[in-house]
Amino acid sequence: MATHLILRKIFKTGIVTEPAVKADPSLRTREQELHEEILKVFGQAVAIRHVDAGSCNGCELEIHAINGPHYNIDGMGVKFSASPRHVDVLLVTGPVSRHMEEALKRAYDATPEPKWVVAMGECACTGGMFGESYASCGKISNVIPVDVEIPGCPPTPVALLQGILAAVGKGRK
Amino acid sequence: MRIGEHDWNLDPIGRHIWRGQLEVGQLLALAREVKEEGGQLVALWGADDRRLGGGFSIHAAFLTSSGLAWATSALSADAPVYPDLAHIFPQADRMQRATFDLLGIRAESAVDDRKWLRHNAWAEGDFPLRKDFTRLTPHASRLTEVDAYPFIRVQGDGVHEIPVGPIHAGTIEPGHFRFSVIGDRVLRLEERFGYTHKGIEKRFEGMDIATGAKLAGRVSGDSHSAFAWSCCMAVEMATASEVPERALWLRALFLEIERVANHLGDLGYLGNDVALTFGFMQFWRLKEDWLRMSAKLFGHRYLFDCIVPGGVAADIDNAGMIELGGICARIEAEVQELKAIYDEHATLQDRFANTGICKPDLAARLGFTGLAGRASAQAWDARAQFPQAPYDQLDVNMATQRRGDVLARAEVRFAEVHESLRLIREILKRLPTGEIRAPLKPVQAMCEGLGWVEGWRGGVLVAVRIDASGKLDRVHPHDPSWQNWPLLEIGMLGNIVPDFPLINKSFNLSYSGPDL
Repeated sequence: MATHLILRKIFKTGIVTEPAVKADPSLRTREQELHEEILKVFGQAVAIRHVDAGSCNGCELEIHAINGPHYNIDGMGVKFSASPRHVDVLLVTGPVSRHMEEALKRAYDATPEPKWVVAMGECACTGGMFGESYASCGKISNVIPVDVEIPGCPPTPVALLQGILAAVGKGRK
Repeated sequence: MRIGEHDWNLDPIGRHIWRGQLEVGQLLALAREVKEEGGQLVALWGADDRRLGGGFSIHAAFLTSSGLAWATSALSADAPVYPDLAHIFPQADRMQRATFDLLGIRAESAVDDRKWLRHNAWAEGDFPLRKDFTRLTPHASRLTEVDAYPFIRVQGDGVHEIPVGPIHAGTIEPGHFRFSVIGDRVLRLEERFGYTHKGIEKRFEGMDIATGAKLAGRVSGDSHSAFAWSCCMAVEMATASEVPERALWLRALFLEIERVANHLGDLGYLGNDVALTFGFMQFWRLKEDWLRMSAKLFGHRYLFDCIVPGGVAADIDNAGMIELGGICARIEAEVQELKAIYDEHATLQDRFANTGICKPDLAARLGFTGLAGRASAQAWDARAQFPQAPYDQLDVNMATQRRGDVLARAEVRFAEVHESLRLIREILKRLPTGEIRAPLKPVQAMCEGLGWVEGWRGGVLVAVRIDASGKLDRVHPHDPSWQNWPLLEIGMLGNIVPDFPLINKSFNLSYSGPDL
C-alpha cells in the first residue's frame, strides 16, 4: 500500500528544515520607499512572480531549490504566485533578451503598487557573460527599475532568500 | 567512411567522429543514405566564410552506424542555398529556419520557410551571424513591430485557441504554446520559441578559448558540464592537445553528477504535477543533499567552470571519495524506496500511464533523441555506442522503454539514476592518478574541432573554429531539445490541456539551449 509506505517514509525522514534565513539589506540598490511602520504590518509576507527574461536556466534551478524542504519558504512568508497581478515582488533572472523586453515591461506594469524588483544572478545584475548586444539588453535595470541585486552564477538559495527578504525589509543604511 | 552503398569522403578526426567536405549536391545523397541505414540528423548550422576567401558553408552532423559524421558544403557568397533536408529528416526544419534567420543561407524548396529565432530584434534581411553585421543595438523599427508569427490555424465548429506564454505560470523558461482545442482536448499544439535568444553564437566570436568554454557552459545552465565538456573536447581536438587521463575521468564524474541532479529534480516535479507533493519534497531533499555535496567537494553546486580547456579545475581527494561514495549509497537506497511508492501509487500510475505518448515508429521518423527518445525505443546513447574516453572503459548500460508515455520517461530516469550512481562509484574506484590539467598546444593556423557528449537530456554537440591568432571564430553549440520539441507537439495530440504541465515536465526540454 502506497499510503503506508508514504507515512513510514515521512516519519523516517523527519523534519529537515533549517533555521529561517534573515534579510541582507546590503543587497538593496534603492532606498526602501515604504515607511518602517507600514513594513511592520505588511513586510511579514511576500508574494513573488518569477520572470525569466532570458536566463540560461541556471538561476531557475535555485528558485526551484528554495521550494524544497530544507528552506521552508512558506514559513518565512514567501509565496510564489502564477500572475504578476497578485504579487509584491518580481523576481527577474537573466540578461533581458530583446525578445523578452516587451513581456518583462508588461509584467512590471501589471504588478500592483507598491512593488519591488529583485534582480537575481550575475546576468540580471550586470548583463553577465551575455552583455549587451543586438539580441540582449543586458542587466535588468536597463529595462525596469530594480530594488535588490543578488550576484552569483547562480546565487545560492540562502543568498536568494536574503535578497527576497531584503526587498520588503528595512531601507539600506 | 562507408555509409550505405558508398564510400564517402569523410575521415576520422576523433574517436567515432568523422569529417569531410562534400559538394552541396552530395549532401542530399548522404542524408538519404544515412536515413536508409537507420541513422539520424543530429545538428545543422551555417558559417560565414567570406573573410576566408570563400562564400558561406552549411554544416550537418549525422548519427551513423560508425559514429558522428560531420559534413560541410561550401556555398556561394551571392546566392547561398543548399538542398532542403527536412523532407528526409523532419528535425532539420527549425534548424534550417534558424540558419536562415541568422545567416541568410536558404534551404531550397523547404516546405516551411517561416522565421524561427527572429522576432523583432533584427530586421528581415539582416543576418546577425554574418561577419559584417556588427550592430550592437536592435534595428530602429523594432518598437513598432511586433512578432507577427503566422501560426497554423485549426478551424471548425467549437475549436478555439489557448495562447500560453512567453511568461508561464510556474518557474519555467519563456516560450509560447498555442493550443487549438475542443473542450479540454488538444487538436493541435504549436510552439513558438526564440524568446531567450541572446546572441550567444555572435558573442563567441573573437573570444579567447578559456572564456568561450565558460560561455558554452552557460548555453543551458542545467547542462553545464555537458556543454563545457563538449566545447573543451572540440577545442582540444582542434589544437591536437592531450588531456591528462585523470581529467577525463573527472569530467565523466561531473557529467554523471549532473545527470543524477537533474533526474532527481525531474522525478520530484513529476510527482508534484500529479499532486503527490510528498514526491516533490522527498526528491528535492535528496537533490539538495546532492548539490551540497557538489559544493563541498568541488566548490560549486552545479559544478560550474569545473571543466576547463585542457582538463578540469577541481579534484577529489580520498576523504572526498569516501564522502561521495557514502552519499551515492544513501541516495540509491532512498530512490529505491521512493520508486516503490511511485510504483504502488494508483493515482500517479493512472496519470503517468498512456499520457503524452510518442510511439516508437513516429519517434524514429522524427528523430526523437536523448532520454525522452530512449523512452520511445530510440536506443541511442553516445556513452554506450560511441564512447569517448573514459566511457570506452566503463561499459554503460543504456536504459530504454517502448511505451513512449510519461511513465516510460519516468522509468528511464529511475534506471539512469541507478546507472549513474553505479558509474560514479566505478569512476571513484578506478580514477587514475596524475595531473588534472595540461596547457593547450599553441594555435599555429586556423583549426576546427567538434565535441560530442551524452548530456542528461541527450547528445550535446559543440563545433568550434579557432582563427590563427587563437581566438574563437565560429562556435555552434547544439542542444538536443532542437530535435525533441516537435515531439512534444505530437505527444500532446488528443491529450487534455490539464495534462500539458505533466507531459511537458516529462520531456523537460531546454529553451535557452536551442534559442541561443
